Amino acid sequence: MARKLIRPLFLFLILMFLYLPILLLAFYSFTSSTHIGAIRGFSMQNYVTLFTTPELTGMIAGTITLALGAALLATLLGTMGAIGAFYSRQRASSFITTLNQVPVINADVVTGFSICILLVVVLHISKDSYIPLVAGHVTLCAPFVFLSVMPRIKQMDSSIYEAALDLGATPFTALMEVVIPQIVPGIISGFALAITLSLDDYFIAMYTKPATFDTISTYVVNATKGAQTTIKTALWALSTVIFLIVVLVVLASNLRAMRLEAADTGRRAAAENR
Amino acid sequence: MEKKDTIIELRGVSKVFEDNGFKAVDNFNLEVKRGEFVTFLGPSGCGKTTTLRMIAGFDKPTEGDILLNGESIVGLPPYRRPINTVFQRYALFPHMNVFDNIAFGLRQKKTAKDVIVRKVKHVLELVDLEGFEERGIGTLSGGQQQRIAIARALVNEPEILLLDEPLGALDLKMRKEMQLELKSMHDKLGITFIYVTHDQEEALTMSDKIVVMSEGRTQQIGTPEDIYNEPVNAFVADFIGESNIFNGMMTGHLKARFCGGEFSCVDDYEEGTHITAVVRPEDVEITKPGEGTITGVVDSVIFKGIHYEITVLSGRNEIVIQTVRNATVGDRVGLRVDPENIHIMLAEDHTNKFYADINPDFRLEYNGHRIETSLTKIIRGSKRREDGTVVDAAGEVLEPGRVRILVSIQPQDIEMTDDQDAGLVQGTISNLIYKGDHYSYIIHTELEQDFVVDDEDLWNMDDRVGLLMPVDKMTFTLKRK
Repeated sequence: MARKLIRPLFLFLILMFLYLPILLLAFYSFTSSTHIGAIRGFSMQNYVTLFTTPELTGMIAGTITLALGAALLATLLGTMGAIGAFYSRQRASSFITTLNQVPVINADVVTGFSICILLVVVLHISKDSYIPLVAGHVTLCAPFVFLSVMPRIKQMDSSIYEAALDLGATPFTALMEVVIPQIVPGIISGFALAITLSLDDYFIAMYTKPATFDTISTYVVNATKGAQTTIKTALWALSTVIFLIVVLVVLASNLRAMRLEAADTGRRAAAENR
Repeated sequence: MEKKDTIIELRGVSKVFEDNGFKAVDNFNLEVKRGEFVTFLGPSGCGKTTTLRMIAGFDKPTEGDILLNGESIVGLPPYRRPINTVFQRYALFPHMNVFDNIAFGLRQKKTAKDVIVRKVKHVLELVDLEGFEERGIGTLSGGQQQRIAIARALVNEPEILLLDEPLGALDLKMRKEMQLELKSMHDKLGITFIYVTHDQEEALTMSDKIVVMSEGRTQQIGTPEDIYNEPVNAFVADFIGESNIFNGMMTGHLKARFCGGEFSCVDDYEEGTHITAVVRPEDVEITKPGEGTITGVVDSVIFKGIHYEITVLSGRNEIVIQTVRNATVGDRVGLRVDPENIHIMLAEDHTNKFYADINPDFRLEYNGHRIETSLTKIIRGSKRREDGTVVDAAGEVLEPGRVRILVSIQPQDIEMTDDQDAGLVQGTISNLIYKGDHYSYIIHTELEQDFVVDDEDLWNMDDRVGLLMPVDKMTFTLKRK
């Protein structure tokens, strides 16, 4: 009897541990309280502030633009790298794959700091040009794209590339029309991963961003140190919005995967019956 | 008038892989006539697929030249060659439907849209899949995918169609059907086909010309009939169809001694030449004992539908026979072969070969004598366990019924002795041939086996001798039954 209770209780505790902090924040974002603990009353004020304060909206738009741009570049580089490594000779291929793993494991603070040293201190590139920031984020994301594309290429029937050449396609056409469509799922998941990595980043941005520019991470860290309560509580609303978007994305992608799997088994059954 | 000129020629083509230095193809020479159906036949790893890939342009020859219509195409990338390939696992584009797959090649050539539609429709009719244009690749069975792969290559009207074991993934019935269909397609279209397979029956059924390959080298090039009836060496004889292969020696004009008997033959080689004799199972006749050239005992009879497969043991020699007449296991029978059904080839080596037994103590034995060597030394990875049994690398007991050890020894390494009991085996000198600086003797043993022994001294015909065979001159090969 006791055991029957313990199991769900344990699960409940773990889930609470994971979700309680964000739920607490979400709850307070809909009140007019200025600090956690005091309950005043229901209010949408935080959301109004969030979406009407130019400083906040500009910061959010900037972060998203940076994420999209860096992810796009990283996806391009990572995909090209994976394809190149796959079609290289055995030794070159494993060399590239190993080298690719180092930045993945390396601490972000090291990456950020070293990029700052190289580009800003040694090469004298101004942080205001955004080049160090974008370079930093691309460096952060590209190895992950490589890692998410590589398994797809390996799964692909390698003779279809040769088949395309055999049918008169130039290597470039064969790549674009035959190889890329086969690895699109890997490219998309690499792109998504790159976006979340860029959004998440704090250290690299801190070392490389222009002084007047803030990403959500750097902004939040600064704001929580500051004294502006309206901005602080608006960030509760921002956290809630981000959390909701993540939940929606996860749900949608899981639903899609389930639907694809069902369609796949159906198709296979149909092929076997023939 | 049909033109029968050479369409493609391979001159001294070799391929060494840079990664591992493996020589996949060694000095390959071939001329293919326009409209021919040529098959590269050989076991896996013989270089046939590599040769095909060099013709297609996926691999570059390390040496030699490939000429298409008299011009070298070695420097031409695959997409500039008027050659199309049907791949082993079809290599259809999974994200395109049937129409787009077949149209792919035509689109690369910027063919007009209405022409593409018409041509795709036409090849789909050719492969019997009318109306499949909109189907996805994943919805097709293996056989259908195979046909689409053929259609996708044929629609480009290539000068040469390369087929890399295209039927390998199909079941037997489907494969037979597709063999005939491919053959009739070839006859109808007049395109040159170069076909790669390891299936000798497939090669014999479909080809105008067969190239038998082994270890990167051409073994024989010829029509299916040539290859089957007149194999040039033991490898070809063994690979094409079933055969009884014996080592022996010419013992007179049109007389050959092998399998413990002296046979008349039609191949003229000088007396004393080491030969390999090939006799097809369907060419051996069973007679009453005493009426054949050799006698033996029926060891097994297997009913195969259209014929019986009968194994006869004549002493230590095993002869496989295919006949429509039944026989009873244990019967003594005579065996004879028509002279024209004996195919004699020059022997590549003169090695004496015999099977040794594994006795219950897991020691090697022949003719009741121990061969003083250790089984564990012969078989890599084997171990003698504490109970005395010997297991192979996989841990399976080497039961005498499951494996045999083939012993090879050179004629000059065997010594004859008058002290008969000292020999590993005893026999009578049945032939002696003077070879300039030595004599070659054939000793016919009591186990109905002939041994060739080279000796500088002169012995007399019909002498009874013992044969001394030093263990350190023997080589051993494991044969699984």
